[in-house]
Amino acid sequence: MPTEDNRPIKVEVKNLTKRFGDLLVLDHMSFNIRKGEFVCVVGPTGCGKSTFLNCLTRIHMPSEGDLYIDGVPADPKKHNISFVFQEPSALPWLTVADNIAYGLKIKRLPKEETEQRVNQILDLMGLQEFRNAYPGELSVSAEQRIIIGRSFAMKPDLLLMDEPYGQMDVKMRFYLEDEVIRLWKELGSTVIFITHNIEEAVYLAEKVLILTNKPAKIKEEIVIDLPRPRDITDSRFIAYRNDITDKIKWW
Amino acid sequence: MSERQDLEARLQSWRQNQKKETMEYVLLSGAGILTVLLVWQAVVMTGMVNERVLPAPTTILETLIFKLGNKAPDGNVLSVNILASLQVALSGFLSAIVIGVPLGLVMGWWTYADRFIRPIFELVRPVPPIAWIPLVVVWMGVGLQAKALIIFFTAFVPCVINSYTGIKLTSKTLIDVSRTFGAPNYEIFRKVGVPSALPMVFAGIRVALGNSWSTLVAAEMLAASAGLGYMIQIGRTVARPDIVIVGMVVIGAIGAGLSLILSRAEKYFLRWKINR
Repeated sequence: MPTEDNRPIKVEVKNLTKRFGDLLVLDHMSFNIRKGEFVCVVGPTGCGKSTFLNCLTRIHMPSEGDLYIDGVPADPKKHNISFVFQEPSALPWLTVADNIAYGLKIKRLPKEETEQRVNQILDLMGLQEFRNAYPGELSVSAEQRIIIGRSFAMKPDLLLMDEPYGQMDVKMRFYLEDEVIRLWKELGSTVIFITHNIEEAVYLAEKVLILTNKPAKIKEEIVIDLPRPRDITDSRFIAYRNDITDKIKWW
Repeated sequence: MSERQDLEARLQSWRQNQKKETMEYVLLSGAGILTVLLVWQAVVMTGMVNERVLPAPTTILETLIFKLGNKAPDGNVLSVNILASLQVALSGFLSAIVIGVPLGLVMGWWTYADRFIRPIFELVRPVPPIAWIPLVVVWMGVGLQAKALIIFFTAFVPCVINSYTGIKLTSKTLIDVSRTFGAPNYEIFRKVGVPSALPMVFAGIRVALGNSWSTLVAAEMLAASAGLGYMIQIGRTVARPDIVIVGMVVIGAIGAGLSLILSRAEKYFLRWKINR
């Protein structure tokens, strides 16, 4: 898309390599992500997708290479990095509103701004009436929505999502995928979304990164040039899906 | 609208069911206690057991009422004994919470603190609290502090162990969430570690409360001049099993009362804990 080329580079990954002892998991991965871009990462099971994300969030330090946000090495203390984990990660002792405000309070945002952002997210997600409920009082999918809301509330420099809908049924997944797209468009966040579901990747992404089997390298970057809302029965959609499926095959 | 009415009707019937279940529970528990008392009374009245060895429940009740206003045979009315015991038990128990819980939490979170404190703790832990009595008498005499210290030893261990284990079980994902938001370690400790350990901390406090109250008699063996344990001692000396049993019953009742207060506090602090 010509408009994409005008967006500045937000995230640069240069030669990202991770070894655990002799085991090479990530092998010199390099790519760029533009400001406000939605990138999906797909790859075979066990190829190192989670290690890749953990390096981006600094849960693991890379063995070589690095990740730069706005030209400086990524640092969770300096940058706004949000992570939506695969497993439910709402803090059970905080209400829905306090969960959404959690990251903002860690970043010491002024009280009024925190309150305003929490309200904006609650409105966008239609969760206003549950603001004082505890996560345990809601369903698992509602809890996952709180976590997604919490991540977007940060207006993150980089939002990382690790198969957030892995545990959902098809109907809930479609609904939540649309919600993520709505939040992303509204707030203009830069998103890296990891999934093993190729249809999900084509539905969401502006660009898909295909990883090889372990040790993971970037096999190919594919720009998904489809209008939104996307139709999964559209012939071009299916063509993208089949193309990625062929490229991901390692057997 | 009809869906709402349907929901409300179902809520109503659920509440009624709950009420019925609570009532059944209360009745059944009451019936259990009553049965034991009746059997006890019958055993004594039929002469199967000598009343000088085991007084009947009615005698116990008479002695209890008598002790409310009379100082004989131990020199204090019941309320003075209760207050003296509460003072000893609660000061030991509360200091165990104030010192034990933070110590356990810090040991469970910071490895250096764990390595530094744990060996000392592991050496002290297996020593039975009563074994401290002679040493405590030498150190502090036989006053309130000495008795409270014995209670402290018995309540301290479960406070430390449960807080330690509770914080060790903190979900790694929740820690990682905070870390990716850029939270420093002490903030993660405060905002994630401590609340996540709370259910285990409360379980520890519950054990500590039971221990404190049951060690009371042992602590009051230290030349006390008032207290429920002291009253029991005097009852034994003057061969008055009714006084001994009154002491035991009051200890039991107050223990249950304290446990109820603790349950209420637990319910409030852990109101977020809902099993889906």
